[in-house]
Amino acid sequence: MNQPFKLPGSYKMWTYGLIGAGIIAVLYGLIVFHPFEHAGHGHGGNTNSTRFWAVLLQNSVYWLLVVNAAMFFICVTTMAMGGWQVALRRVPEAISSVVPILGIITFAILMAIVWGGRTDIYHWLDKEAVANDHILNGKKGFLNPVLYTVWSAVTILLWWLLGKKMRSLSLKTDKAGSMDYETGKKWIFKNTVWASLFTVFFALTVASTVPWLWIMSIDPHWYSTMFSWYTFASTFVAGMSLIAIFIIFLKNRGQLEYVTEEHLHDLGKFMFAFSIFWTYLWFSQYMLIWYSNQPEETKYFIERIGTAEKAGPYKGIFFFNLIVNFLCPILILMKKGTKRSWTMITFVAVLIIFGHWIDFYQMVMPGTMRDHAEMMPFEFGVAALFIGLIMWGVGRYFTKHSLLAKNHPFLKESMIHHT
Amino acid sequence: MAGGIKKFVVGCFDDEAVLFPAVKNVRRAGYKIHDVYTPFPVHGLDHAMGLRETSLHTAGFIYAITGTTTALTFMSWVFTKDWPMDIGGKPHFALPAWIPITFELTVLFSAVGMVLTFCYLCQLAPFVKKHHFHPRATDDLFVMAIECTDKTNDTEVQEFLQNAGAKEINVQHAESGWWIGRYDKEQKLYRDERGY
Repeated sequence: MNQPFKLPGSYKMWTYGLIGAGIIAVLYGLIVFHPFEHAGHGHGGNTNSTRFWAVLLQNSVYWLLVVNAAMFFICVTTMAMGGWQVALRRVPEAISSVVPILGIITFAILMAIVWGGRTDIYHWLDKEAVANDHILNGKKGFLNPVLYTVWSAVTILLWWLLGKKMRSLSLKTDKAGSMDYETGKKWIFKNTVWASLFTVFFALTVASTVPWLWIMSIDPHWYSTMFSWYTFASTFVAGMSLIAIFIIFLKNRGQLEYVTEEHLHDLGKFMFAFSIFWTYLWFSQYMLIWYSNQPEETKYFIERIGTAEKAGPYKGIFFFNLIVNFLCPILILMKKGTKRSWTMITFVAVLIIFGHWIDFYQMVMPGTMRDHAEMMPFEFGVAALFIGLIMWGVGRYFTKHSLLAKNHPFLKESMIHHT
Repeated sequence: MAGGIKKFVVGCFDDEAVLFPAVKNVRRAGYKIHDVYTPFPVHGLDHAMGLRETSLHTAGFIYAITGTTTALTFMSWVFTKDWPMDIGGKPHFALPAWIPITFELTVLFSAVGMVLTFCYLCQLAPFVKKHHFHPRATDDLFVMAIECTDKTNDTEVQEFLQNAGAKEINVQHAESGWWIGRYDKEQKLYRDERGY
């Protein structure tokens, strides 16, 4: 246990393989899609260059929000005085350590889109169109490049710094030796304060403004008050699945001796519950728009599923999304036995991560690619780049730090955890 | 009273930490534990008693899909066959509008069904009575009732419980199931006990 964890060769091979495949995909896009060519007026100009940026936007935002959800998980369990997660706490910590890497990449992509004048991605960047558009003119105070840049920078920076503070508080306990009652109490208090700061900022970003700016503004005339929560639920459930996958990986390598089926059961419950929560938000958004039937609202769904007369290009993906992210988790994870099975949790976790990647795909593509969206090796290649980067960052954290927060005051509670 | 009168050896424990090894030893000795009555839910006691996993959730799932089916078939029949109405120009088969109601009926069926099933499994119902092995089982004592067969030597069981740490031991002839009746006519009430 005291020996540092060594990554198996296959892990390294996959990490560099995925990053390599991703870099090839991006290079291919850079050369073949001419991404810096002028986008043309409004939507549907040069489809290939739009495709390049749309795919990068979808993947960077999705994977960044997924890894950031791991820190949110640590913070909410800390605030709730949770003890059960302590034995596995280093895994979400490791995942959240990727936030700076993906944050910088995401910021670079967002800036390239906004300052590169990609009106095919964000229609509100088109000054002429905004001036002649009553609705967009009204939203100019919020949807403008300066606010977008400043708020994106603040968001990513604070996720980074607050997450770093949480990780360093945890890592410091490894060196300090076991705590007595008073020191433990002080440490818990400090930890809780920082966790609350992160959570509040998380609410101001992921649960409200960030999905509006980064994704919802692709369809700038349309709005939904459900959208941010729906995005949050999507990335949180995928984040829980990612945590489960890394835990199972370490378990297979004989690590995390105190993590048992009891902990897996609770992670399974999170995946189950938040899959249903995601569906609830997805449906609330859909049904209210369907029911009230306002043209400016239904437009969003008409672009996806089409009308009764003519099916839309995303109809298949739209309903596939519902099957993978609702029907499969609810039916598979309903039984206690499957939530306690390492194999089934691995299967469902992979399914959920893929499913919500699809969810983000259908958030981004209809407003940018219209009828020309593709799901080819390029799309999967870019996803591979981000998966590889996550594996690289997480692997680095695993080898550099102890896998057990051995001096955490609540460790015993986690060891004897029983659901 | 219905069912059968059986003989029980009853041991009362005042400590959870004594109860668990006692349950284990009683089972190992081959005695049949009728039930253990506790003032509050004791974590892991079901496991120690060797009770199988409950099937209540399977019943709940069946009730739930019954609710789903009922809601969907009834609404489809009403709005497409029996009394089609034009509501806001929506199609007669207006599935999204029915989902909340379907959800509610799913929850209602499973909740009510599970409560009733739970009552049945625990033999609880309005006006139905069960024998109380010790009134303090709802207060501060853990009461273990061991069922005797005609071959059981009850003095031996009593000694066994004594060694296992029971504070109070007695033998009772009691109805094992439930019955409809009145406690105040058929059983001495606690307030009539000496020392109340």
